[in-house]
Amino acid sequence: MAFDIGLALLVLGVGAWTVAARDTFAAVVGFVAYGLLLALVWVRLAAPDVALTEAALGSGLTGGLLVGASTRLRRAETRAVDERQPATLRLAAAVLCALVSAGVAAIVLLLPEPAPTLAPQAMVNMAATGLGNPVTAVLMAYRAIDTLLETVVLLLALVGIWSLAPDRVWGGVPGPRHQAEPDGRLTFIAQLLVPVGILVGIHIFWIGSVAPGGEFQGATILAAMWILAMMAGLVDAPAVSRRWLRLVLVAGPAVFLTIGLTGFAVAGSFLAYPEPHAKLLILMIEIPVTLSIAATLALLVAGPPERA
Amino acid sequence: MSAALNGLTILAVCAGAFFFLAGTVGLLRFPDTLSRLHALTKADNLGLGLVVLGLLFQAEGLLAALKLISVWLLALLAGATVTQLIAHTARPSGPQA
Repeated sequence: MAFDIGLALLVLGVGAWTVAARDTFAAVVGFVAYGLLLALVWVRLAAPDVALTEAALGSGLTGGLLVGASTRLRRAETRAVDERQPATLRLAAAVLCALVSAGVAAIVLLLPEPAPTLAPQAMVNMAATGLGNPVTAVLMAYRAIDTLLETVVLLLALVGIWSLAPDRVWGGVPGPRHQAEPDGRLTFIAQLLVPVGILVGIHIFWIGSVAPGGEFQGATILAAMWILAMMAGLVDAPAVSRRWLRLVLVAGPAVFLTIGLTGFAVAGSFLAYPEPHAKLLILMIEIPVTLSIAATLALLVAGPPERA
Repeated sequence: MSAALNGLTILAVCAGAFFFLAGTVGLLRFPDTLSRLHALTKADNLGLGLVVLGLLFQAEGLLAALKLISVWLLALLAGATVTQLIAHTARPSGPQA
């Protein structure tokens, strides 16, 4: 109990500090610490699947993206710090945020006791999906459409980033070319860590059917390993116009959509799986989806094309 | 037997927590980047190492124990590399030298 209260206070404190920090980079560091603390909160709430996702995506990958953004903004930073918004605007923002927080708090506090839950139904019908982890059953069977849309949103985000490229390098290679130093520290860790990380990523993905884990968490680790190899200069980023790259990026959502549409013919509705083959179909979706998410996340971090 | 194991766990985890505390105090109090990095590595190496050692006494089976040890080894590897990279960038002669 004391630990949970302390943890909640720490989360609130780091959150307030992140909002109050005037320096962008400091705020990003606060955000990463906030995400890691939030992952601990999810563990305390007995939601290890969400904790893994928060640590990998919410804190790790988003943190990496924000560090990149704050580095790019650094040149314009001095002006942004001096610039203060008018008091009325800041007051309006504060009131709106407070209203949203109060609304969310009211909804949570006014829930009937015990809170309404679909967990028993999810457990009862899990055998039909052939899965052993109810969270994966929700993500891949009961609410598969949400997961499908998430994969499409990621792809749209990547298109958004690519469209920031100037015309002369359109279709080119993202980021600067990193030179590998034979005796360099990054080369050393990339050679040692990348094979281990790929194994861990596949393990986290595979174990998702029966235990905490799954495609998003596994894909984030795979993406991190690709980013590490690119940063160490062991491999160069691919030109974004490459046919194989485009295929990897759309394979996941495309297979997902195709199997979802087949559901109309064989099981009566969109994204319905015929019962005896549910596990096989889910696996057929998950493998390309994991690869697509991994490639999309790595390229999100790599940024817009900068070289022809 | 289990009381002895629990005692060992408490001892090792407390010792680990002490090194995390010492590392944090060093990070906040030491005067320059290289000393601060030096303090920080104590938290990673000894602090996490002792916490893992304490948890080993509670591990269910060999596989869980091996996973705990791998967590420590991976943190060591990442910590040492990042420390080297930061020190390389931060030293007075600059990153190029």
